[in-house]
Amino acid sequence: MSNRYETVFILTPVLSDVQMKEAVDKFKALVVENGGKMVNEENWGLRKLAYPIQKKSTGFYNLFEFDAEPSFVEKLEIAYRRDERVIRFLTFKLDKYAQAYSEKRIKKSKEVKEN
Amino acid sequence: MAQNQSEIRYLTPPSVEIKKKKYCRFKKNKIKYVDYKDPEFLKKFLNEQGKILPRRLTGTSLKYQRKVAQAVKRARHLALLPYVTDLMK
Repeated sequence: MSNRYETVFILTPVLSDVQMKEAVDKFKALVVENGGKMVNEENWGLRKLAYPIQKKSTGFYNLFEFDAEPSFVEKLEIAYRRDERVIRFLTFKLDKYAQAYSEKRIKKSKEVKEN
Repeated sequence: MAQNQSEIRYLTPPSVEIKKKKYCRFKKNKIKYVDYKDPEFLKKFLNEQGKILPRRLTGTSLKYQRKVAQAVKRARHLALLPYVTDLMK
């Protein structure tokens, strides 16, 4: 029984673009490898943090939305904890209202891209 | 006796606040999910120090106040909202 999850994680700003991209791809591969299905992926880029985390005041925000088995979330979080580039992460299970909201959001962001 | 009662003139006219009927904005606009990812919307429920406003001021119903509180705490965890600040607005 796979649920719909959404995870947001923050990468340290000290990374170069290549490292940052490689880190994001590593987690994306982790999702696909373990039988998960990526639904949506957003990169909010460099953003100012509301309070300094690990002495840094900015960070790269990334959002993943995917379908996966509940057992997979534990693996994902262990991977986050091991990777020292990730300074903060949050995984969240989407109930039906949340899914309806995110679908609307994806549609809206697609329209913005088109026109 | 009643006569001089009405003579009392207040320095400043007592401002009788018209009682605005508070309503739960979530029930009114049928919002079902409070998104923790957009801080602009959540800021409406925080005061200047970044603390969550009580229900008696915002008028939201209990069910949605819990969702808002949960979303604000998640946003704080992700550093989208500060835990404590001054003059945030």
